[in-house]
Amino acid sequence: MQDNQHTLSILVDNEAGVLARVIGLFSARGYNIESLTVSEIDQATNMSRITVVTSGNEKIITQIKQQIVRLVPVHSVVDLSLGEASVEREMALVKVAGVGQKRVEALRLADAFRAHTVDAAVDSFIFEITGRTDKVTQFINLMKPLGLVEASRTGIAATSRGAEAVHAE
Amino acid sequence: MAIKATGAEIILNVLKDQGVDTLFGYPGGAVLPIYDAIYQQNHINHYLVRHEQGATHAAEGYARSTGKVGCVLVTSGPGATNAITGIADALLDSIPMIVITGQVGTPLIGTDAFQEADIVGITRSCSKHNYLVRNVEDLERVMHEAFYIASSGRPGPVVIDVPKDVQFAEYEYTGELVNEHKTYKPIIDGAPDAIAEAIKLIKNAKKPIFYTGGGVINSGPEASEALREFVELTGAPVTSTLMGLGAYPASGDKWLNMLGMHGSYEANMAMHDCDVMICVGARFDDRITGRIDAFAPHCKKIHIDIDPSSINKIIQVDVPIVGDVKSVLTDMIKLWKAGNCSKTQPSLKPWFKEIDAWRARNSFAYNKTDDVIAPQYAIERLYELTKDQDTYITTEVGQHQMWAAQHYKFDEPNRWMTSGGLGTMGYGLPAALGVQVAHPDALVIDIAGEGSIQMCMQEMATAMQFGLPIKIFILNNERLGMVRQWQQLLHGERYSATYSESIPDFVIMAQAFGCLGLRVSDPAKLDDTIKEMMAYNGPVLVDVEVEKHANCLPMIPSGAVHNEMILEDVLADVEVSDAGKRLV
Repeated sequence: MQDNQHTLSILVDNEAGVLARVIGLFSARGYNIESLTVSEIDQATNMSRITVVTSGNEKIITQIKQQIVRLVPVHSVVDLSLGEASVEREMALVKVAGVGQKRVEALRLADAFRAHTVDAAVDSFIFEITGRTDKVTQFINLMKPLGLVEASRTGIAATSRGAEAVHAE
Repeated sequence: MAIKATGAEIILNVLKDQGVDTLFGYPGGAVLPIYDAIYQQNHINHYLVRHEQGATHAAEGYARSTGKVGCVLVTSGPGATNAITGIADALLDSIPMIVITGQVGTPLIGTDAFQEADIVGITRSCSKHNYLVRNVEDLERVMHEAFYIASSGRPGPVVIDVPKDVQFAEYEYTGELVNEHKTYKPIIDGAPDAIAEAIKLIKNAKKPIFYTGGGVINSGPEASEALREFVELTGAPVTSTLMGLGAYPASGDKWLNMLGMHGSYEANMAMHDCDVMICVGARFDDRITGRIDAFAPHCKKIHIDIDPSSINKIIQVDVPIVGDVKSVLTDMIKLWKAGNCSKTQPSLKPWFKEIDAWRARNSFAYNKTDDVIAPQYAIERLYELTKDQDTYITTEVGQHQMWAAQHYKFDEPNRWMTSGGLGTMGYGLPAALGVQVAHPDALVIDIAGEGSIQMCMQEMATAMQFGLPIKIFILNNERLGMVRQWQQLLHGERYSATYSESIPDFVIMAQAFGCLGLRVSDPAKLDDTIKEMMAYNGPVLVDVEVEKHANCLPMIPSGAVHNEMILEDVLADVEVSDAGKRLV
């Protein structure tokens, strides 16, 4: 069986320690975490969504899902990588320092990638870029020779296409 | 009607409302308010152990022999960390347990206060669930929830960490029981189409086998009844894991004995050659499967398990059925009867003819001599002399445990308490205390080794204090026998650290605790010693000096396949693959 990347959307009760339970399970059972995003999504119902990108063959991914569902505060787990029906996006803040021709080139490329300039000084920019992971990576790589100082990435947020909620009750 | 109560009183109220009358524990600074509340009530009997590990194993023995939830109360920091082994043990063997740990006051949490340890952090991966209760308003709900989670679905230990200020704080106690949870919803009934598919496979099977496990015991005595009925209907042979002994009677004619690493030849050969395997409440543990890629290669596999994560975890199965054993087996029996399947199924006579040939190898046979007690003989005599009594057996971990599983015959569930998953030396003595508390008039025997018994022997004081007449039956070979056996097999007979230069005189030790101490080394005097042990009205320790180099056989060496069992005592000639040596 072949190893593939899978994006899991995990709906949890937003209680103390719930993130530790989920990621502790990954480390204890030897599964990978390639990207992790977590935030409260509904204050009224006290729910959070954890989006994990992991990899493994079909058997391992199934086992990961079953193990996560077994955690008491987990409502549901959905594998968004089944089929082509999901949208995945990532945001990054990219700090670039430089003057002269490099500074002009960085700004030109940012424009081409539809990145926003969220901070500007005479010798630096911070760009905000949103897109698929490979696009964000490509932009950061392009900034390296132009004075990349650092990049801060959010990890992947994902949802399914169409009118249905990912975690339909 | 709601009444005003302190956190400590709320804890005791919930215990009472949950039907708890027994608590194993050890006091300390962070649980003083709870101990004060215990002092002022009469519903709950508290058993003071001598080490917190003992409290957890006692609770496990209590739970395993009754089907109820075992309850533990320990203090913060070292009290709680000492309980970790028992919590992990209960998780791996799916034992329902509540562990209440004291915690430093909420303002002190995170300051490295005296006797502070992050117990929810530490127990996160070794409990079924855990809670830190920061507000007294949550305490009643959390406690009830904890009982529901511990006892339903696949049972397990739940830890409730209660800071000292929460124990003092006051709140309303409502007394409302909770029997549901918004996210935790165990599946009880099996899917009808999966059950139908399973029946279709079983009724056409020429070489079916039941492979049963601890899940049958956990599902309650009615699950064992259902198993027996379904075995009768189908006529298929039965083997069981270590944890499932007693679910199907050892005296039953379909019984193949235990399977796995030290299981019987007939059980392992039948597992390897079967055409339909019905796994009931077992989890394809590595002690059972041997080499996974060659495990039972010619069969269709049906797997009944209440835990969906057990399905396809180790072995891919053909028909998974998620549900409670009792419910699923009851549905299967109904469907089998409705289809008159017993009339149309193929004859199993050729299958039993093969099985009888394997049985004839008599794989549990051993060398018996007149001058030294064979450990297997000691178990055999113990069984013969105690089988007509109301007997419960616990064990420690090692060779004696396997010999007990092979040679003591269990006809009923809940009579056999052993640490299967975690393999915890030191389990048997405190577990026996828990069993004896639940069954005051029963004969409770801890079959032990001289190594294991030293891990929790302080609990003999607990036995004396509470008048618990447990019997400790030590097979003393002066060596850590199972490790020694592996060193002989895998490490060129280099016996590293498996011989104890100094072993206590167990008879004098027993006397020091106030117990009766007996010793026997002559096979001719074994019966009388066992009878003397049984006749004494109080805790007894029997030091049985046995053959020192006996190996536990038969054995499937690491990395080998079921049909590659070692039967005779030829361990020195056995070749173990490099991959096998790396396995535990």
